[in-house]
This record gives sequence, C-alpha cells and structure tokens, in this order.
Amino acid sequence: MHRIETLEMKGISKSFHGFYANKNINLKISTGEVLGLLGENGAGKTTLMNILYGLYKPDEGEIFINGNAVKIKSPKDSMGSGIGMIHQHFMLVQNHTVSENIALGFEDVPFFFPIKYIRNKIMKISRQYGMDVDPDKMIWQLSAGEQQKVEILKALFLEADLLIMDEPTSVLTPQESEDLFDIIRRMADEGHSIILISHKLDEIVGICNRVSVLRKGGTVGEAFVKDVDKKELARMMVGRDVLFDFEKKPLPQGKKVLDVENLVVLGDRGNKAVNSLSFKVYRNEIFGIAGVSGNGQRELVEAITGLRKSHSGDIFLEDDSITNANARVVNTRGITHVPEERIKFGIVPNLFIYENAILKKHHSSPFSRLFFLDYDMIKEHTENIVEKFNIAAPSINVPVKSLSGGNIQKLIIGREIESKPALLVASHPTYGLDIGATEYIRKQILNRREEGGGVLLVSEDLEELFEICDRIAVIFKGEFMGVLSAGDSNIKDIGLMMTGSLKLNSDDKGAENEI
Amino acid sequence: MKYKIDIAPREQISGAKSALFALISLSAGLAAIGFIFLLKGINPFYAIFKIFSGSFGSIYGFQETITKAIPLILIAGGLTVAYRGKFWNIGAESQLLAGAAAATWIALWWGPSLPAGMVVFLMFTGGFIGGALWGIIPAVFRVRFGINEVISTLMLNYVAAEFIKMLVIGPWKGKTQFGYPYTDDFPESAMLTLFPGSRIHIITLIIALIAVVFLFYLIFRTRFGYEVRVIGENQEAARYAGIDFVKNTVLMMVISGGLAGVAGVGEVAGLHHHLTYPESISSGYGFTAIIVAWLARLNPVLVIISGLFFAGILVGGDAIQISLNLPAATVNIFNGIILVFLIMGEYFQKNSVSIIRIGK
Repeated sequence: MHRIETLEMKGISKSFHGFYANKNINLKISTGEVLGLLGENGAGKTTLMNILYGLYKPDEGEIFINGNAVKIKSPKDSMGSGIGMIHQHFMLVQNHTVSENIALGFEDVPFFFPIKYIRNKIMKISRQYGMDVDPDKMIWQLSAGEQQKVEILKALFLEADLLIMDEPTSVLTPQESEDLFDIIRRMADEGHSIILISHKLDEIVGICNRVSVLRKGGTVGEAFVKDVDKKELARMMVGRDVLFDFEKKPLPQGKKVLDVENLVVLGDRGNKAVNSLSFKVYRNEIFGIAGVSGNGQRELVEAITGLRKSHSGDIFLEDDSITNANARVVNTRGITHVPEERIKFGIVPNLFIYENAILKKHHSSPFSRLFFLDYDMIKEHTENIVEKFNIAAPSINVPVKSLSGGNIQKLIIGREIESKPALLVASHPTYGLDIGATEYIRKQILNRREEGGGVLLVSEDLEELFEICDRIAVIFKGEFMGVLSAGDSNIKDIGLMMTGSLKLNSDDKGAENEI
Repeated sequence: MKYKIDIAPREQISGAKSALFALISLSAGLAAIGFIFLLKGINPFYAIFKIFSGSFGSIYGFQETITKAIPLILIAGGLTVAYRGKFWNIGAESQLLAGAAAATWIALWWGPSLPAGMVVFLMFTGGFIGGALWGIIPAVFRVRFGINEVISTLMLNYVAAEFIKMLVIGPWKGKTQFGYPYTDDFPESAMLTLFPGSRIHIITLIIALIAVVFLFYLIFRTRFGYEVRVIGENQEAARYAGIDFVKNTVLMMVISGGLAGVAGVGEVAGLHHHLTYPESISSGYGFTAIIVAWLARLNPVLVIISGLFFAGILVGGDAIQISLNLPAATVNIFNGIILVFLIMGEYFQKNSVSIIRIGK
C-alpha cells in the first residue's frame, strides 16, 4: 500500500552563484525509518530537502523511488509521488476552520457534503495517529502545536508516505514536542518514513533511527543513532569538540542589582501581560526566565529596558528607581539589552558595521563631541569589538546585513557587553544560531557573570537555561509559576509549569534570605 | 517551455555601479520620452537636442538654467535630510510659499526703514523660519497623532496656495499695481543683486552651495545625521536605541521646510520683487525637487548636478514649447517619466532579476 518503500538521493549537487550549497550528497531512507538530518545553519539541510520537495532543481544527481529514477520538478510532482513537507512556518489560513484548511488543496472530495466527508476522514486519521484535533475550530484558536498537527494531517490526507519536517519543535513547548514525537513514532510504525531536519542533538538522539550529518554542503557522516553519542554527533556537525558542560564556577550571590516589585505591564491589546511580578537579580548571577513565548516575557523586558511604560509597580537598579525611565536613561544607568528578533530591533542592516557598533552609545563620549561624531574613535572601538568577539567580517566598512546571523549576534553581544553593564538583559540570545555561535554567546554571558555583572536571560531553550542559569523563573500568563535554583528537585516538572498546570509556592524569598 | 522570473536581492554595490544604474535609467527614460515625441510626429533626437541646446548650449540659456537650479538645489538639499529619515515631505512647494510670504512681509513693512544688508539678512532668516514653521506642522501631526505625512504635506500645499491668493487679492494687494493681484514692489533695499546681464541672484546661489556642503556633513558626520539615518533605515532599532523621534522629526522638517523657505525668498526678492499668484512664484519647484533629490540618491552634494540637469530640462522645455509648438505640459510629462524610470532603476539596482527556463 505504500508508494515509497525506499527513497534514495544520489550524488546531489547544487550551487548558488558558484558556491556549493550541496556537494555530492547521498541519502537513503526506507519505510518505517526516522532519519535525522543534522547540521549547523547553512550546512545545506534545507537546500537538500527543497530539492527533494521539488522547489529547487539539482545541478547534478538523481532521485530514486523504489529503485526507479524519478524527476521531481515541482512540489506537485513530489506530492504526487508521496512526499509531504511540514515547513517551519505554517501555511494555514487563519480565519478558516481546520476542515476548510485541509479541504483546500485536496481535490478528491465528493460533490455533495464535502465537509462531512472531510470531517469524518479527519476524525479517522487523527484517531489512528493519536492526534486530537477538532475539525471545526478556527486556525487562530489553535496553539502552535495544534496547528502543526493540522499541517501533518494535510500531508496525510494527500497520502504522503515520506514526511519531511523542517525544525518541527522550534515553536513547541516541551510537552507539545513529546506529543509530536509520539505521533512521529506512530507514523513510523505504520510504515511512513520521516526525515527530521534539526540542529538539536537531543531530538535526534531521542527519536531517530539513523542520522546523516551535513557540514558545509557535504555529508560528513552517517550512523545509526544507537551507535553514537551526542558528543560525537556534535563533533561531526561542527568539525571539532564542543563544550557541553560549561565550566561554571560556583560564585556567591553578589549585591542586588535589579529589583522588580509588583510590576504590572499592559500588552499591546491592553491586557495585563505582566501581572504583579516581583523578583530580584543579583551580581554574579544569571537569572533565567523560562516559558513559551507570548506569556509576558517581551513586555517585561521592554518595561525593564525603558521601551514600554509600566502600569504599576516599581523597578529599581541598585536602589535607584528606573520605573518608566526612557531607554536612553536606562542604558546610561547601566542596563544593556540584547533584543529578541535581532535583525528587526538590534541593528540597522543597511548601515556599516562601525555605525552599528555604537548604536545606543553614539550620543555619549568618546564617540560624540558636541554635535559631531568622532569616526576615528568609533572605528577604533569597532575594530576592538570585532577582534575581541571573533566576528568574521571582511572589514568594518561593510553594511551589517552582509554578516551571517551568528556574527550579527556576536556584534550585538559585544556592543552590549563591552561597557561592562551592571545588568545585561538578553532575550533569546541564541535563537536560530548554529552550535558554534551558540556556544560562544553562552560563554560570553557566563563571563559577564564571573566579572560580577547580573544577567537576566529570557529564553525558550531549556537546555540553555539549565546550562548557564543560577536560578530559573517559569513564566506563564504574566505570572511566575515558580523560581527554581539549579539542582532543584522540581526541575523535572518545568514543562508542566510552562503550560500553567503547576504552580509552586515560592515568591523568590529564598534568595533574599541568603543575603 | 516555461519561464520563471527569478528575483534575488543584490549584494551591496559600488558607487561607480550605482552611478551607472542612474545613467542607464536616465537613458531609458529619455528613450521613452523620445517615443512620445515620435507620436507627435517630431524627431526625438532633434527634440532632445533642442532641449539641451536650449539650456546648456548658449550663455543666455545656461544663465537661465543656473537661475532655475538655485531653488531646486536648495529644496532638494533639504529633502535629502527628510527622505533619509523616511519622512516623505511632498509639501516643499508650500514651504517655499511660506518663505516667500515671510520675506514679502519683511520687505514691505520693514524694508523702507532699514539698511539694505540688514533687510536681505532679515528676509532670508524670516524666510527660513516661515518655511520651517510650515514644515513643522506635518511633523507634529505625524509624531503626535500618527497622521501620514504624505497626505498632510500634500494637503497643506493647497492651504498655503489659497492663503497666498487671498493675501494678494485682499489685504496685501498693492496700491500701485493697477488692480493686478500683486503686492507692492519691494523697495530697492530688498532686491537681491543679480549677476550682470543675467537673472542669477548671486547670494541665494551662494547660500544654496554652502547649504548642500553643510548638509553633507550634517548627514554623514553628526549625531543628528546618524540618528536620522537610523530612524530612516530601521525605526524599531531607533526605538531600541532610545532615539528621540519627536525631536529628530521636527528638526528634519525645520531643515527641509526652512531651506524651501529660503528658495522662496530668492524667488520673490531676486526675480519677481513682489508676491503674486503661487503658480507664478514657483513653477512646481517643490515637486521637481523630489526628483532632483532622488536622482542624487539622497546625497546633498550630488544635488548640485541633478539640480542643474533638471533646471536644464525646465529651460529647454520652455524652448521647445515655442520652437516645436508643443503644449506646456510637455515638461511635466518629461519629469514624470524620468522619475518613474529612476525608481525602476532603483529596484533593479537593489534586486537582480533574471529569467530562467524551467521544465521541458
């Protein structure tokens, strides 16, 4: 009954402007297998999958299904031969119901009562794979995890035997990721084959049978997951050993640097996005905020950094009130900020690197004298940052947009850390970065802690939080569900806290008593 | 056989290439204009030759070209600042009128009793303030109430034009002008010195040249220029960096409106010597300057060249109206087509577009 028993890509090469995105790649998958495609950003994973899905035409190489060479020229061809793709960004119509979204692009419906037919089929398939999706709900009412299930249903409706999933867990909570893995396992049991694109080692190790590692456009290794460990995989991916356990010196909690008291911040729609939060951050400490994005993290960070007015409550920086001070004042007082969505907020893409290296500091000495900017000083400062923070740039006289994401983030981190701020606020500092850059950025944040700064780290990446934080607060709907110290026994329940199912009785008191 | 259009953003390109793109777009624009001449049964090469020989081919023509370039350079120079901050000021035409009205008031009410140098100084200062005040209105509308500046600046053009008309047929109507809609002529002390044998008002020309050099440094070397560019390139980053939108937007428009006002002073004090109907004071300089600023790629110093070029088209356009018997709108068509081609050129400069063959 399966149209794809085996699929093989042989000798695939694809170049863009003389640069190889894929070079002589071989890949094989058979029914019932979950194949991990592991690699850093820019390693060529997505290009390879886009070739398989018919979005790109390879320069060289062939694709075989069940041993027969096939030509895949468009997504229509690939869907026709049983390949489905779940993109990172969902392609759903927000104001339509689940049934309507699935009916869209599905041609095999009876003329009469098409929705009834679709509904029945949805129910049947979702039961079969343990997906709990209400066909009559509007897409906008669904969580990211549920929307992803709709995407999977869409592919199954078209009888996809091979499913390609591009970083499927990047938008999910830990709980939702677990659900997804269950679904993937069931699909594999039913004889589907799945290709999972990821740069998260835990996922690969947790769910795949086999893994293929790409680096710089070529295959660098292939293995059965049971034969390798995370460390080995990481080395294959990066080409050198990667530190997983950072050396985190035990440091006594320093002086209090940030004190937030009963803070209420309104969201864009006038809702209480941050609801009466109180917490403190100390020197020599990384205070993490875990949670699914959209639970008030952004509003909290904006209120602290002076980008949003708070509704009530107080914010103190070392005993001085900075409640509702503007961004420039907050910055001058010693709070720097690595913003989320770095390209949108953190840099000006068309301006030169050296012009970006002084953003926020451009108005103060030594860069500005009277009305003029001292460009010699600015360039010297930029050269320093570029050298100190290992930023790979052809020169500082190029627009920032020509740098890679990792290097842009290094520039921002460098800019924000250089002045040795009392408090560094970092939002999703490693989101979407490859493992090398991620490692580097985390190290820099840890350095800041050792130098005696306080760090407020907002992240969705639990691995990151566990690795470097001293304390982790879990935020849900603008409230802390609990504040955990490293090694707290409740840490296993963090997933429940993130989804609001569990609230601990701690009000950040423990830390205060220690002083 | 199927074809697909592939569009990809280009890497940063060099200054020389950027100039080449401007040149290609200009040539393509001229070719399109040639086609329009052809429809009228006129040899396009002859017509274009006529235009440029009219404006650059004789001393008289060239002097006229410089005369018309003065307001264009002033206004376009100011617009480069506003446009760098993505404040789309379409209202330079009325900011010019505000400057002209302020100068007229100073010339008529204060001119007779003050020494000449003083009057000229006061006129230019007053003109700058007049244009700036008129320019601040849309800036405040935008930062305080979120009103789109394209609409407000455009609409304020009509308000100013009607107000000037009311002045010249009402309270300011000159008693010595035999019922014409003019104010009284300026006193001798308020007339600008002309370059002998021409209509070039020297002082305004000098102000214009100094202004664009000053603006160049302002944009690329000062804190204000830096903040304007950050606002224009990425508003979110500007907010993140704590840059003051209100102050900067108002300042942008003080400069942009003020320089348009200075252009207005030059027109009334240098050429007309009285205030009259808006159409006579400015032949659409405030709009043509938009194209001038654009052709200069928002670089204030390059505005000198593009200003001369468009002044040449204005002068040459007048010449061919008479010699080839074409309607007065010819010049507008000319300008419009060139702007469209420049904007298209900008697109092709930023994106590489290729047609690729797909399928069988």
